Amino acid sequence: MSVEQKMDSGRRTLLLATSAAGGVAAVATAVPFVASLTPSERAKAAGAPVEVDVGKLAPGEMMTVEWRGKPVWVLRRTPEMLASLEKAAPNLSDPQSEKEQQPEYAKNEYRSIKPEYLVAVGICTHLGCSPSEKFKPGAESGMGEDWPGGFLCPCHGSRFDLAGRVFKSMPAPTNLEIPPYKYIADTTIIVGDDGKA
Amino acid sequence: MTTKSQALLNWVDERFPLTSSIKGHLTEYYAPKNFNFWYFFGSLALLVLVIQIVTGIFLVMHYKPDASLNVSGVPVAFASVEYIMRDVPGGWIIRYLHSTGASAFFIVVYLHMFRGLLYGSYRKPRELIWIFGTLIFLVLMAEAFMGYLLPWGQMSFWGAQVIVNLFSAIPLIGPDLSLVIRGDFVVSDATLNRFFSFHVIAVPLVLIGLVAAHIVALHEVGSNNPDGVEIKKKKDANGIPLDGIPFHPYYTVKDIVGVVAFLFVFSAVVFFAPEGGGYFLEFNNFLPADPLVTPPHIAPVWYFTPFYSILRAVTYPLFGLDAKFWGVVAMGASVIIIAFLPWLDRSPVKSMRYKGVIFKTAVAIFVVCFCILGYLGVLPPTPGRTLVSQICSVLYFAFFLAMPWYSKIDKCKPEPERVTFK
Repeated sequence: MSVEQKMDSGRRTLLLATSAAGGVAAVATAVPFVASLTPSERAKAAGAPVEVDVGKLAPGEMMTVEWRGKPVWVLRRTPEMLASLEKAAPNLSDPQSEKEQQPEYAKNEYRSIKPEYLVAVGICTHLGCSPSEKFKPGAESGMGEDWPGGFLCPCHGSRFDLAGRVFKSMPAPTNLEIPPYKYIADTTIIVGDDGKA
Repeated sequence: MTTKSQALLNWVDERFPLTSSIKGHLTEYYAPKNFNFWYFFGSLALLVLVIQIVTGIFLVMHYKPDASLNVSGVPVAFASVEYIMRDVPGGWIIRYLHSTGASAFFIVVYLHMFRGLLYGSYRKPRELIWIFGTLIFLVLMAEAFMGYLLPWGQMSFWGAQVIVNLFSAIPLIGPDLSLVIRGDFVVSDATLNRFFSFHVIAVPLVLIGLVAAHIVALHEVGSNNPDGVEIKKKKDANGIPLDGIPFHPYYTVKDIVGVVAFLFVFSAVVFFAPEGGGYFLEFNNFLPADPLVTPPHIAPVWYFTPFYSILRAVTYPLFGLDAKFWGVVAMGASVIIIAFLPWLDRSPVKSMRYKGVIFKTAVAIFVVCFCILGYLGVLPPTPGRTLVSQICSVLYFAFFLAMPWYSKIDKCKPEPERVTFK
């Protein structure tokens, strides 16, 4: 006995059409559930700019402020620290900051508006840990004799110089991100707002 | 049995397969008579699952998945775990049972998987049991990972941060995918709440479903045994395997011995070393989560470290994609490849007892590499350690990928006709 001969193709068509319609409805039902997993309106709105008074920083000192739930570093670099950037350059993966990890106004050798103050998102571009301070040059930081001073990510060992530029052959693929920021007074900055966006 | 209770049983049996299920899965389920020590770990895994579910139910009564700060400036979730430990009567033991249970689960499951490897339990006709088992292992890892975020300590936070960021390494969809997993731009309250939901509802449901499928598939084909020969090939006049004994009472009673021995050790850890030397409960997790400061050394819990080492071992970019992406691929592949074991092993015999020296050596190297990878995974990376983990990762994959070749040329001993029993 052949099943195909007996098949009512009209009914089979209806069956397929009904299944397809049901499938579309099932997919449509999934939309709000998947949408609910994306960041809520409140989470999206939480990125308010942060005002920071950098005047109280002593030379060589760093402070951390929270912006969009992330640590943002403000480092007041000493002349020696600024000089170390040049020394580090040959060993960096992107010394000219060519990858889009900073606003246009921070695309310079210091990666900052004013050379003295580095403002950077303190999140390693590898897997998101916050690198720790290894400012002292040389063996004192436990980073080897030729260490120019910088940051070390504790999770997977990525190294960055004092402008947040990543060294060659590190797990981190790019330099640290420089957030949008601007000076509203000589020593007061706004992180998250550069008057352009 | 009295007539009345017999009548009641008949009444039920006409409406529900009670007696036939008990017979099919216990009193007339014939298991090989030569089970040894290694066969304890299946029932122990089931025991630990029950411990985790029961203790979990009670923990949820007091735990609060809330990352906001309380009046003392401590995250509510972190404070609620301290509250369970200090103020809830019996709370400390319930929580230690749960946290120790997590590590015990992995110890038992790793030994259970090793038993399968030793005796060829994954071979035909048990491929599906093995695949369900691999899925259980995967789901168990997801369950453990999400549960580890809940105390909202430093290791919870930064561990989740690193693992969720792994997904962002996937080309094209990666960044959006990790956004959907977190539900926020950073690991936050939204992440904590959804991980809580997954940890207590979604993943346990999947886990129980898979465990049921694992056992149903096992009872369909029957258990393997240390000799790797099919007991169903030799049956008596009644169709009962000559080398089979009813699971109940023989193995239920035997498994109770295993349970008692297990609970001795388990209780000792719960009462005297619940932190497991910093491996079961990591010391940095006694600090509340701080999104601004990563602890100086972060490492996953011990049961993830072999796979974490494989992730870290990949340091070369390839085909224009980051080393990070290939690390994720290697880590995923190192778990998934286990599921293919039934088709990789071409040996004429199942059990290690009759396999030749090549296969035995391969397994020994594999076990050593797995342990070294696990050890290196808790340590900070150095160039030397990275090299060792690279060698071990290659050997890990070689064990699987070269198996079709070396299992074929291996000189095996003949399998016995029936199980051996000393």
